Amino acid sequence: MKRLLVVLTVLLFGLSQANQLEIFTWWAGDEGPAIEALIDMYQAKYPEVEVIKADVVGGAGVVARAVLKTRMLGGSPPDTFQIHAGRSLIDTWVVAGRMEDLTWLYQEEGWLEAFPPGLIDMISTEEGIWSVPVNIHRSNVMWYVPANLERWGVSVPTTWDEFLAICPTLQAQGVTPLVVGESWTVQHLWESVALAVLGADNYAKLWTGELPFTDPQAVAVWELFDQILACTNPDAAGLAWQHATDRLVDGAAAFNIMGDWAAGYMVTTLGLEPGVGFGWAASPGTEGSFMQLSDSFGLPVGAPNRENVINWLRLIGSREGQDTFNPLKGSISPRLDSDLTKYNAYLQSAAEDFRTNRLVPSLVHGAAARAAFASEFATVMGIFLDTRDPQFAANAAQAVAFQTGLGR
Amino acid sequence: MKRVNKDYLVAFFMLLPSLVLLAIFVYGFIGQTLYVSLTNWGRDPVQALALRPVLEFVGFSNYERLFTSFLEVRFRQDLINLFFFTVFFLAGSLGLGLLLAILLDQGVKGEGLFRTVFLFPFSLSFIVTGTVWRWMLQPQGGVNALPTAFGLPPGEFTWLTSRQQIWHFNWQDLPFFTGLVVVAVLLWLTARAWRHHQRARAATFGAVALLLALWKLTGARIEILPFPERHGFNLALVGIIIAAVWQMSGYTMALYLASLRGIPEELREAARVDGASEFQTYRLVVFPLLGPITLSAMIILGHISLKIFDLIFTMTGPDLATTSVPSLLMFIRTFRAAQFADGAAIAMVLLVLVATIIIPYLWISLRGEVRR
Amino acid sequence: MSYRKGLSWRWLIYLLLGLATLFFLLPVYLVVITAFKDPATIRLATAWQLPEVWYWQSFVVAWETLAPKLRNSLILAVSATALSAMLGSLNGYVLSKWRFRGANIVFPLMLFGMFIPYQSILIPLFQFLRDVGLYGSLQGLILTHVVYGLPITTLIFRNFYAEIPDEMLEAGKIDGAGFFGLYWRIVFPLSISGFVVVIIWQFTQIWNEFLFAVTLTTPATQPITVALAGLAGGEAVRWNLPMAGAILGALPTLIIYIVLGRYFIRGLLAGSVKG
Repeated sequence: MKRLLVVLTVLLFGLSQANQLEIFTWWAGDEGPAIEALIDMYQAKYPEVEVIKADVVGGAGVVARAVLKTRMLGGSPPDTFQIHAGRSLIDTWVVAGRMEDLTWLYQEEGWLEAFPPGLIDMISTEEGIWSVPVNIHRSNVMWYVPANLERWGVSVPTTWDEFLAICPTLQAQGVTPLVVGESWTVQHLWESVALAVLGADNYAKLWTGELPFTDPQAVAVWELFDQILACTNPDAAGLAWQHATDRLVDGAAAFNIMGDWAAGYMVTTLGLEPGVGFGWAASPGTEGSFMQLSDSFGLPVGAPNRENVINWLRLIGSREGQDTFNPLKGSISPRLDSDLTKYNAYLQSAAEDFRTNRLVPSLVHGAAARAAFASEFATVMGIFLDTRDPQFAANAAQAVAFQTGLGR
Repeated sequence: MKRVNKDYLVAFFMLLPSLVLLAIFVYGFIGQTLYVSLTNWGRDPVQALALRPVLEFVGFSNYERLFTSFLEVRFRQDLINLFFFTVFFLAGSLGLGLLLAILLDQGVKGEGLFRTVFLFPFSLSFIVTGTVWRWMLQPQGGVNALPTAFGLPPGEFTWLTSRQQIWHFNWQDLPFFTGLVVVAVLLWLTARAWRHHQRARAATFGAVALLLALWKLTGARIEILPFPERHGFNLALVGIIIAAVWQMSGYTMALYLASLRGIPEELREAARVDGASEFQTYRLVVFPLLGPITLSAMIILGHISLKIFDLIFTMTGPDLATTSVPSLLMFIRTFRAAQFADGAAIAMVLLVLVATIIIPYLWISLRGEVRR
Repeated sequence: MSYRKGLSWRWLIYLLLGLATLFFLLPVYLVVITAFKDPATIRLATAWQLPEVWYWQSFVVAWETLAPKLRNSLILAVSATALSAMLGSLNGYVLSKWRFRGANIVFPLMLFGMFIPYQSILIPLFQFLRDVGLYGSLQGLILTHVVYGLPITTLIFRNFYAEIPDEMLEAGKIDGAGFFGLYWRIVFPLSISGFVVVIIWQFTQIWNEFLFAVTLTTPATQPITVALAGLAGGEAVRWNLPMAGAILGALPTLIIYIVLGRYFIRGLLAGSVKG
């Protein structure tokens, strides 16, 4: 019956649409050139296909996700859409039976060998593999300006204890030790702290439900987080992440924990040279772990132009496609055979880490947990910021995990 | 006669399409939302976004959770935010509108120009207003930079990003305070009935008031939350209130001006002849006559305030808890977290809030018309 | 005209009016100068100073973002306004001149639709549009705006027609005119200013609307308010663009307001001032 519906839908839409490929994405502005380059590559290969870039900008993707949901609910899926690979895709669309299994494509294209097994685990379930990752970003990175650190007489901390020790030194000189921005960036900081306190194994167990948030180890995360927050700027609520990075570069702050799109911002927009104008290290206590997030594209059931989508997926998973897209985007390719000469110094170092480190999923960026949990985690963070009570926040997190069925 | 009856029939049938459409799009959909709010749509990801979701009926548990789960602190604060926003928005728009109308009523030169200036924000979209004021209220620029033009130090208030909260209260105290208010109202009704010699009514109101007061005083408490929960007035709302008043006070000004112009000059002349000063004329003659239009304006502005979404979405985005209101929460619950039943429950709460002010108003104003 | 006791209060009145004017116009000044500034020169410290170089590029970029949606907004606003005005006129005519039994219950029931929060019907609305195949299309959005515009247009026309003396229709009836005859020959020719009010009001409301625009459309059919929110939302680090976009987005309704202000105000008052 479902097959019949699919065929009918495809026919109906196939009749109404010429040879097209509708790509639903929210990349625009600074991130536009990367996807444009991929589209150009596709057009060159398939000139008879009309590529429609359906972009919905604004509200940090909230509006785009709203439009996507209503379209999918309305039974008129786009040909393909941009989505974070991992649990947010799986628990939103895959379990509802809206995505096609791509294992056969992986086998055809040799991606099972080209991508690291840790990554493939993260984007698949027992029933199959669900999307093609086009890039990898790292979440647990700490940024600083080497020249400034010298000036202030501090060195890069490798553990949070070291950081807390140098915190008073920096504050005495009127420098914000750790700059954070609006709500999601605070959550972003949290997940690095959680990784440091729990270690990669236990961190992963949080998302499978094996480790409850009320476990003493998990509560310890909030306790440390409380101490770290004391070293941050009080006016965080209004800062976009770029403004926080600006503070770093201007010398008003010492360290910033942010994903490596910050490197893209510093190189492209601020014109700094990696290693000279800014430096990086793994977030304290997480050396050896690579907290990843990945943008990917999948194949929705009932996509109007299925063949075109498959060709698109082949392109974005290929070495040429990824090595064209990623240098422009400021991220690295998930492929182990990526041509590193095309990437700047930071990205090369990140790629090295990607190939050697233990891979763990990011919560804030859709890899570790379903959207319902990630969305409500903001409430948990809000509760913690108001009460600064680690036990209470841990209870709240556990309650949210239970309510949203995390790990089930 | 037959002709006339046929025409009435035709008239009814001309109206019918609109009635059918509204029956579906308003009442039918409200019923549908109500139904969804009584299910668990969204809890189970397998069903949430499936092509044909299977829903489970769960009764009022969504509403219960909204009001009693300690995780729904944001929803309750959203209600408080909505309350304060409505109160200050109404006060600001009505006050400023009335002031401007009185000023313009004095026969100033260039009245037409002033009117155009005060009213133009009303033609703008809330998106435009929100964008403009977001820029104006940037903590390090815009309004805060204005004093520097006069050589004064820049403003320090962080406007939309402020985390300050004043007038704290504990949500668990709400039943107590509601009880107090209800007792006070009942006592007032008792007194009024007594004055109008309606013994039976007075006795009823008085008895209920007494019972309620006794119940409260003997320490009966309704535990509505497991933990004490602090709420208050978020100062970040001030920026939004200012933007909203900027947009809408032209509307109240137009209303008041039309009303003032409608007051016969003889009334004011009579007052002046009796020796009243200009102030007294306003206070004793004009203001009482503005009652009905004030009520009208409060209803219109009130329902706009309860529905407000675009302005806050543009000024502070969907995630800033300090300025969030239920309509924003409904949007992100429904469209980001795919919790459709949850979103529907919040939407129904909004509807009930709107209905409690609109239905009495419609009833009273249309009953008055029928009598005419 | 009212007189003052002495001229001493006049200056206070003009002062207050002047302050109010500043309050209403300062944002406009700030928006305009920011829209004309080179993004690199937008510093919070110099926010109030005039631009050194009048930079036009922002408008070009904003226009490129908004223009494709302009067509959608135009089609939407024009069609929905026309339809809801026609229907509103007929409804108002029925409710004011052809009072049938039950009209007094029907009218408040219709009016209630004007006040409901649109969030309360959003989910069933898109389910309905999906089921009839109109989801994502401009027709679906037009239908939505027509239906939810019916209460206010009916109200305005009903109040407007209530002013037409019944004797005029009586005369027509004696001449043998029926429902439609009376409408076309007597009522409609008198409705011009009512139509103007309704058209202006509806056009402005529909042009400026955001919630339906963002949830019921696909990127191809989005109106201009969504594009504007996209320009302004989230990571607007370069403020010249949102400001230019805001100016462009505000122009149509602003022009209507300035040119046809009188009718605009009548629309405002129609919903609130009874009789």
